[in-house]
Amino acid sequence: MAEPLLQARGIVKHYGHVEALRGADFDVYPAEIVALIGDNGAGKSTLVKVLSGTEQPDGGEIILEGRAVQIDSPAVAQQFGIETVYQDLALAPDLDGAANLYFGREIMLPGVLGKLGFLDDRAMHASARKAFAELGVDVQNAHRMVANLSGGQRQSVAVARSVTWTDKVVFLDEPTAALGAVQTARVLDVIRRIRDRGGAAIFISHNMPQVLQVADRIEVLRLGRRVARMDAAGTTIEQLVAAMTGALDSREGAA
Amino acid sequence: MNGTIGEPALTSPADRPDAPVHAAESTGRSLWRQLMGSNTAWIFVVLLVLVAIFSAMKPGNFPTEFNIRAIATNASVLLIIAVGETFVIITAGIDLSVGYVLLFSGVAAAETMAAFGDPTNKGWDVILLGLLVALASGLAWGILNGFLIAKAKVPALIVTLGTLGMAWGLAEILSNGQDVRYIPRELATIGVGRFFAVPWLVILAAVVAIAGAILLNMTKFGRYTIGIGSNQEAARRAGINVERHLIKVYALSGLLAGLGGFLALAYFTTTTISGHANDNLNAIAAVVIGGTSLFGGVGTVIGTAIGVFIPAVLQSGFIIIGIQSFWQNVAVGAVLIGAVFVDQLRRRSRERR
Repeated sequence: MAEPLLQARGIVKHYGHVEALRGADFDVYPAEIVALIGDNGAGKSTLVKVLSGTEQPDGGEIILEGRAVQIDSPAVAQQFGIETVYQDLALAPDLDGAANLYFGREIMLPGVLGKLGFLDDRAMHASARKAFAELGVDVQNAHRMVANLSGGQRQSVAVARSVTWTDKVVFLDEPTAALGAVQTARVLDVIRRIRDRGGAAIFISHNMPQVLQVADRIEVLRLGRRVARMDAAGTTIEQLVAAMTGALDSREGAA
Repeated sequence: MNGTIGEPALTSPADRPDAPVHAAESTGRSLWRQLMGSNTAWIFVVLLVLVAIFSAMKPGNFPTEFNIRAIATNASVLLIIAVGETFVIITAGIDLSVGYVLLFSGVAAAETMAAFGDPTNKGWDVILLGLLVALASGLAWGILNGFLIAKAKVPALIVTLGTLGMAWGLAEILSNGQDVRYIPRELATIGVGRFFAVPWLVILAAVVAIAGAILLNMTKFGRYTIGIGSNQEAARRAGINVERHLIKVYALSGLLAGLGGFLALAYFTTTTISGHANDNLNAIAAVVIGGTSLFGGVGTVIGTAIGVFIPAVLQSGFIIIGIQSFWQNVAVGAVLIGAVFVDQLRRRSRERR
């Protein structure tokens, strides 16, 4: 198999006396979809936060494309091509869809006006509509304030935001939790498209049938450590549950 | 102004399974809808009603050129500091110090100008120096506020309450508690001067307000201000340097308070040490009455401009119809609470979605 795109080695993270991660490992390869699963409190969200620069680990190593890197902030993660769709959607409700898509990466007007800080809203709206259309997101969302969108529409904007900005690594923390059937299918399509472009998509989910349906590979966390890696093909829901609850600790490294 | 590109929808309704439910919300054009949807339109109606009532009661005194000019001039300095306060409140912050930063800047400028020979007869170079001192003083207080709030993480309420006291105290110390009355004659000319029928102060305030509106709606600075106020964590995760931006916003508020201090000097031709107790209340009230949300993310400079005229009209109207002008404070306080209550209701109904 090719070299991993992104690796975590022995990540430790504690909040006061609570150890959220106790030497967690993680691997993801180019052009694959990995499901990160585990019981509540297993450390899934914390691991994603560490790998996307929102939290700093207390120990361990992060290796991107064979090189040890330090991800000091979300901005640094973005420079590395790592985007994240958070469970608590990181959108600004008082800005419209286009402004959210370009939040922190605004298109400026050409020439002197742009140097003076003037935004090119027309260009941002135009390309937001295009990006939304490509992803099957309602293009009207480009003009609507996020506060006026339904949960599913917000989720779509958040997903569109992440995949617009990277071809490399996208983390999605429960990306379909707020969605109806149609929108869930669309988000899953988007996840597959990341893989088909050669990128890596990592999603957290509690929906085991969905995990088996979408993921190529599954990594299981329990009590802040990776306890199992398995290929989705040929794995059953019972095996996933067994791994999450600890009945299957012996299968460590099975992938 | 922004987001009003009138293109037809690219997709057919069949491509948008959830479109019918939300179609009604998407049709409005943003600026008009922003106005109608916020308190701004209503507060404009309130302002018109107030003007109508006072005009009907004293048709010979209230709606006169003289009185309108007086109201506008009185509101000018307040509008300038309220524009800065608008940016601060949109970030979900508060700046209580503006009134006394204004006073400090005025005193510092007046003392500097007074230090140069003949008290009232001075050149433009001395006046310019005074202006720079006032702007620098305001900017310094603003940066101090911003630094303590953004970097030291002390709540804005406490930081600016603290700098309010410090600026007040230092202004008294600097002036020995005596108003500085030697203001250059040329400066006083600006204070009462007019361009055709419009006082210079009003023109300057209008320029500041228009520049503020452009900054808020059309630039990256404004976009970040709204975004940070709307969801600070989202801004941080989007890679925006939130701390640095907050410092800039408080610095802007301080800078405008400094400008306000210099113009107050020009208008009153004295430092009016005891005359700024209500500036904070009036500036914050103007911003909030104008539809800017104390919870951040929502606000307009146009709204603030309308909001500024409510206390100004009330004060003038009460004096003219013979009610003690202290009632203005009572009325402004009540309107302020009412405006925040309405904002709460709006926000709650939005979160229930």
